[in-house]
Amino acid sequence: MTATAPYRSPARPDPASLSRDGFAQTVRAEWTKFRTVRGWVIGTLIGVLVMAGLGLLASAGGQSSCQAVGSVGPGSGTCPGISFLLGPNGEPVNDSFYFVRQPLAGDGSVTVRVTSLTEQLTTPDSARSNSEVPGVVPWAKAGLIIKANLTQGSAYAAIMVTPGHGVRMQWNYTGDTAGMSGPVSPANPRWLRLTRSGDVITGYDSADGTNWTQVAAVTLAGLPSTAQVGPFTAAPDYTQHAGEGFGGGTSNFSGPSQDTAVFDHLATSGGWTPAPGSRAAWAGGYVGSPQMPGIGGYHQSGGQYTVTGQGDIAPIPSGHGGEADPAVTVSDYLVGTFAGLIALTVLAAASVTAEYRRGLIRLTFAATPARGRVLAAKSVVVAAVGFVFGLAGAAAAVLAGEAITRARGAYAFPISGMAEARVIIGTGVLAAFFAVLAMAIGVIVRRGAATVAVAVLVIVVPYFLAVFAAVPLNAGDWLLRIMPAAGFALQQPYPAYGQVSMFYAPFSGYFPLPAGGGLAVLAAWTAAALALAAYLLRRRDAG
Amino acid sequence: MEATIEVTGLRKRFGQATALDGMTFTVEPGQVTGFVGPNGAGKSTTMRVILGLDAADAGTATIGGQPYAALRRPLRHIGALLDAGALQPSRSGRNHLLWLAHSQGLSARRVDEVLALTGLNDVKKRKAGGYSLGMRQRLGIAAALLGDPPVLMMDEPFNGMDPEGIAWMRGFLRGLAREGRAVLVSSHLMSELQDTADHLVVVGRGKVIADRPVADLIAAASGDRVELHTSALAEAMTVLANAGAEVAATAPDVLTVTALSSQRVVAILTARRVPFSEVSAHRATLEEAYMELTRDAIEFHSADRGAGQGGDRAGAAS
Repeated sequence: MTATAPYRSPARPDPASLSRDGFAQTVRAEWTKFRTVRGWVIGTLIGVLVMAGLGLLASAGGQSSCQAVGSVGPGSGTCPGISFLLGPNGEPVNDSFYFVRQPLAGDGSVTVRVTSLTEQLTTPDSARSNSEVPGVVPWAKAGLIIKANLTQGSAYAAIMVTPGHGVRMQWNYTGDTAGMSGPVSPANPRWLRLTRSGDVITGYDSADGTNWTQVAAVTLAGLPSTAQVGPFTAAPDYTQHAGEGFGGGTSNFSGPSQDTAVFDHLATSGGWTPAPGSRAAWAGGYVGSPQMPGIGGYHQSGGQYTVTGQGDIAPIPSGHGGEADPAVTVSDYLVGTFAGLIALTVLAAASVTAEYRRGLIRLTFAATPARGRVLAAKSVVVAAVGFVFGLAGAAAAVLAGEAITRARGAYAFPISGMAEARVIIGTGVLAAFFAVLAMAIGVIVRRGAATVAVAVLVIVVPYFLAVFAAVPLNAGDWLLRIMPAAGFALQQPYPAYGQVSMFYAPFSGYFPLPAGGGLAVLAAWTAAALALAAYLLRRRDAG
Repeated sequence: MEATIEVTGLRKRFGQATALDGMTFTVEPGQVTGFVGPNGAGKSTTMRVILGLDAADAGTATIGGQPYAALRRPLRHIGALLDAGALQPSRSGRNHLLWLAHSQGLSARRVDEVLALTGLNDVKKRKAGGYSLGMRQRLGIAAALLGDPPVLMMDEPFNGMDPEGIAWMRGFLRGLAREGRAVLVSSHLMSELQDTADHLVVVGRGKVIADRPVADLIAAASGDRVELHTSALAEAMTVLANAGAEVAATAPDVLTVTALSSQRVVAILTARRVPFSEVSAHRATLEEAYMELTRDAIEFHSADRGAGQGGDRAGAAS
């Protein structure tokens, strides 16, 4: 037996590195691993380019047919001339209706009773005979409105009856609160009231004109002291979802409609009380113009006002015209996301399956025996790579897409910078979660090709099926609710407005879950995959 | 903390096949311990258990008294080379060591030190996938040395090395042991450990067959046979037989003497004034000693061929 003293390393560890937390070391090691494989770095860059490039192709090669969207002003038949009317918050809006109004200064209150609301519309059948038939337009509107001025797109608050959605208080195009339910009829009239106090407008409804319920109180910032007040009617285009086909084809029939409302007990009070002896001077006219010239008007007899109108006061959802919609949307720019995510999935999976293939995983676990910590560190690294990947890809796609859209004179559907930033960051978050999910699947499955197959099947295929309408809409809807693809809701650029009848399809960039809900579903999948991966890592021998 | 590997009563089964069957031994500091046995004897499995990569069904393995999982920055306690092919081919040799260094809180400077130590400086920027097997072995040893650990463990480090590399490796391992490190080196070829190992742990069928210094092992295999040239054959036979030896004439003037050391033979013949011209102790080679020890194990193993996935797995990994 040798008598040599046991070995002591002469090198003292670097105190700075010793003070570093063990997890930070593991993350650093995993990051070094990722960045030192040139193929992975290049693959990441190519993925970003593919993601942005597909969006550019889509926005550069979009349809050239241009037509007016919604109630756009005159001269909107060609693309360069298209311009959306924008509401006070910058979103595109429709703002045309028949208005029986008078300018009223200061604070006050206006009350009316609605006894009837009926609609006439063009259906596929009636279109053949070029006639209109009675029907129900769920979001036809009749009620009271206070509006900053008669310019389209100006601020307003209104309380109204609707055929399909009961009493509503709506303001500034996007605001919407429900009041009493049920349709209006002579036997079942509705009393409506708007009260102004400074910038605050309060809406009330009542069944009998005695017992009032507040529906909502809203603030219209900067409302001029003299505003236009009075009854109104509007009826949006009637739209019927007629069918669906492969490749995103959903066919809708849509045609103009008009509505007629009967008001009585119209009275102003408070500061708006007419001077004794003078008659209220109600003047009728359109805000904007009717789609069909000559429709609209009112007549008054014995305190009863019969008002007919056409149009809508509502936000314009993007993509509402389907294939005919000439406006390029942020969703068009982001159409390459799924392809980029396939590339990212392959990379994230490879970051573990390559280790299994080479036996390198044993060296990894020899260096860091705490396997859960390795899993967490790998998650941090692929999440960071995924986030930057998604952020860069989406930012490049959106910014370059907008530039191209402008350059070719096409019209970009307006979106606020905030909403755009939300979509870009959301894409980063989406990619981060998908990368972690793919990595966790890699740990579970261990083989590269099988991992990519499983990951693409779970992550990308449901999205593809749902968005490109390869499965029935209901099935697609469920795929986007329960599969990880629910996270694509983070990419929805424009809100789906409940107060606008439209088919909010994934193809048009609308998802069944809200962004937070979609993220929660994706996060749940990711957490479940990580938990299973951690369990298997603990149970199985390394390699 | 004593720089040792202690393995106690390890048992592990892969399905029906028993890979480890009560494996027990200790690796002492300051010497090279050879870990030898036929393919499938459990060498690689034991090493994976020591590193916490495989879980044993029973028994313990400790490094300096601690289980591997309890080591913070384990590569500072034990460096291991299990599989020289375990690397990402498109990553350079230097970067392969760099991530490993980062995982232990070690700096890039230490990476360059071990690259110089293992003679890889000229190829460190090249993709490790292009390395020869010998270069990969050196890279694996560089990785094992990163943390400058008091314990080293290498699985078949001579595999794929050319004669020059083998000579370098022998000197290198002996040098590490001289510094006071405990060095465990596995091999299925005893000849590789000749002139390298000080101590041998011979295993077969998942357990230790012999655990003793190389010198003892060779002496035992040599069987204390002494060859004697003498002109007085009959006289010498009588004298030595009376002293308790077994004596046989193998030529007209040659005797083979068993059970007496050469020193005793010389002393007895000198005392009795029996003339002799040459006395030589027969010395077995390490290979012979090993063959003797593992004959049974190999036979058992051959009978098992194809029966156990564990045998195949351990064999393939070793």
